[in-house]
Amino acid sequence: MQSAKPALEVDPVNLPDERGHFGPYGGMYVPETLMTPLFDLTEAYHDARKDPEFLKELDFQLREFAGRPTNLYFADRLTEHCGGAKIYLKREDLLHTGAHKINNALGQALLAKRMGKNRIIAETGAGQHGIATAAMCAKMGFECVIYMGEEDMRRQSLNVYRMRLCGAEVRSVTAGQRTLKEAVNEAMRDWVTNVRTTHYIIGSALGSHPFPMMVRDFHRVIGEECRRQIIEKEGRLPDEVAACVGGGSNAIGIFFAFLKDLEVNLTGVEAGGREIKRGHHAARFEGGKLGVLQGAKTWILQDEDGQIDLTHSVSAGLDYAAVGPEHAYYKDAGRIDFGYATDAEALDAFKALCAIEGIVPALESSHGIAYTMKRAREMSSDQIIIGNLSGRGDKDVQEAARVLGNAENLKT
Amino acid sequence: MNRIEQAFAKARSENRAAFVAYLCAGDPDFDTSVAACRAILDAGVDVLELGVPFSDPLADGLTNQLAAQRALESGMTSERVLELVRAVRSFSDVPIVFYTYYNLVFAQGSEAYAERAKAAGVDGILTLDLPPEEAGEHLAACEKHGLGTVFIVAPTTPDERLGIICGATSGFVYYVSREGVTGEQAAMSDGIRASVETIKKHTDLPVVVGFGISNADHVQTVAQAADGVVVGSAIVNCIAENLGDPAAITAALSAKMAALTAGGALQKQ
Repeated sequence: MQSAKPALEVDPVNLPDERGHFGPYGGMYVPETLMTPLFDLTEAYHDARKDPEFLKELDFQLREFAGRPTNLYFADRLTEHCGGAKIYLKREDLLHTGAHKINNALGQALLAKRMGKNRIIAETGAGQHGIATAAMCAKMGFECVIYMGEEDMRRQSLNVYRMRLCGAEVRSVTAGQRTLKEAVNEAMRDWVTNVRTTHYIIGSALGSHPFPMMVRDFHRVIGEECRRQIIEKEGRLPDEVAACVGGGSNAIGIFFAFLKDLEVNLTGVEAGGREIKRGHHAARFEGGKLGVLQGAKTWILQDEDGQIDLTHSVSAGLDYAAVGPEHAYYKDAGRIDFGYATDAEALDAFKALCAIEGIVPALESSHGIAYTMKRAREMSSDQIIIGNLSGRGDKDVQEAARVLGNAENLKT
Repeated sequence: MNRIEQAFAKARSENRAAFVAYLCAGDPDFDTSVAACRAILDAGVDVLELGVPFSDPLADGLTNQLAAQRALESGMTSERVLELVRAVRSFSDVPIVFYTYYNLVFAQGSEAYAERAKAAGVDGILTLDLPPEEAGEHLAACEKHGLGTVFIVAPTTPDERLGIICGATSGFVYYVSREGVTGEQAAMSDGIRASVETIKKHTDLPVVVGFGISNADHVQTVAQAADGVVVGSAIVNCIAENLGDPAAITAALSAKMAALTAGGALQKQ
């Protein structure tokens, strides 16, 4: 058992402040060209949140198009396999387009329409945010350009084709290590150039204000449903909730409703990569330090000069050098704990969930599942842990086959 | 008067705009970069804007991204960039302004960064992704160590922000003549004169115009409206197009400088 948490000093709904600060984190660190458009976006967002028509439309589309609510599933065989706490999985993998990403893409697309923007750009790592955005753009008749690192296009080729089927133009980014960070740079460049006509749907709880706040808010539905569902099923709150953290959108989404429930431990799971050694992982709280990247002040993997480190993770969606600023805030406050799962641990969890529950998880989510399984073993059978199954792994099947090899290796 | 003020005063006394030239420090390597700086300074640069190479230059177009990448690959570090400044200072008194991303400043701490930069011979700092609203610590450090601050005004900047931006600026104001990242372009934006005049209602500091200026016609257009003309990508391309041949790089830079200022393009008419 972990020690009791200190009381939260702020009400989570009062964060961030009007300039996007979560304590020392967040803020607006962007070129001047974007400052005013970001102020305008912030205003438009606040207006939309107050407009019953907007909220009604959001709620309707989340149900009818995205497929909410998602199940909170009792993983009985996995629970038995681990031999400890009861394991529940929040099934965001069952959403339309295959991950929690659609919550945010849908919300921001409706906002873009309200703002009169008809061109949408987005970055994507694993492709889940890209496909969610492409699907929304198809549905709403927007022009859509998705920036994706060349390496990610290789390892998530299925999603590239899905985006193109939905009419999106997928632009390959060949700078740097050709993954998520470079895709964000390229999307920012596009936005700086086309800001009057274009809305940039950032895919994680990252970047300049108001994105971390907005992305969080559109994902809060995950935790709100989950909290209600566990009370319905178990008559009480869980002992712990775990989620993988790249930028941290699925994590803040499921954690937010539990922040004030101090008896519920919240754990974010970063990508430990091959090992915690510079350039071989993407665990920002293991070797990162405070810095400013792509709009926000937060924990970043970087060298002494402030040059951003190369990162590695088997999962494209977690392979990123900075963590969402709100997570850094709650880490300091002692409210969210962070751990990591290595590539190997995530792949083991991936195999286990397939073989034991018949659920193919995304490699990103597999990091959270790896921790959930490990933690469940340490807990007693009268305890409950919820893992956020943020996305499904269809997109990862080819990459898993490449890494895991023949069927002999699939035995758990 | 400090070096920045002297440079603009000199240009003004000659009834012309100042020529502000951008190069990335250490592009493509330390020695060639020093020679490149010397070539453009010899050709008559008034203010040297020195890009500090960063791994993630999100406000820069491809030309400057590649320049930063070459510089980093050749082993440029924050310390090597200061060494390069000292090398240029050994033969030139032209003001040097860093064009940088905030994380490079933040990593050392604003105070330490400003102190070291000033000691090396830097005169001012432009932090591309640091708006005045977040710049309190940085402004205090620059003031303490006598470094000029440079901030950008963009076409998307409304008049009501000009007071905030000009208030944070102590070196000169940099008007970005179009929305977008750095890079050459075919035709200059309209309305530059009107924009510069609007900015000047908020400050007595010089106003320079840049982003996309690539030939003598552009220079002449901007020189009529602004106190300074910034040329970046067009100069950096002289390096990109002659990699592996330092002599060709310096020759191309000299020729480009002559072409950009041909026919007294900087002169006020």
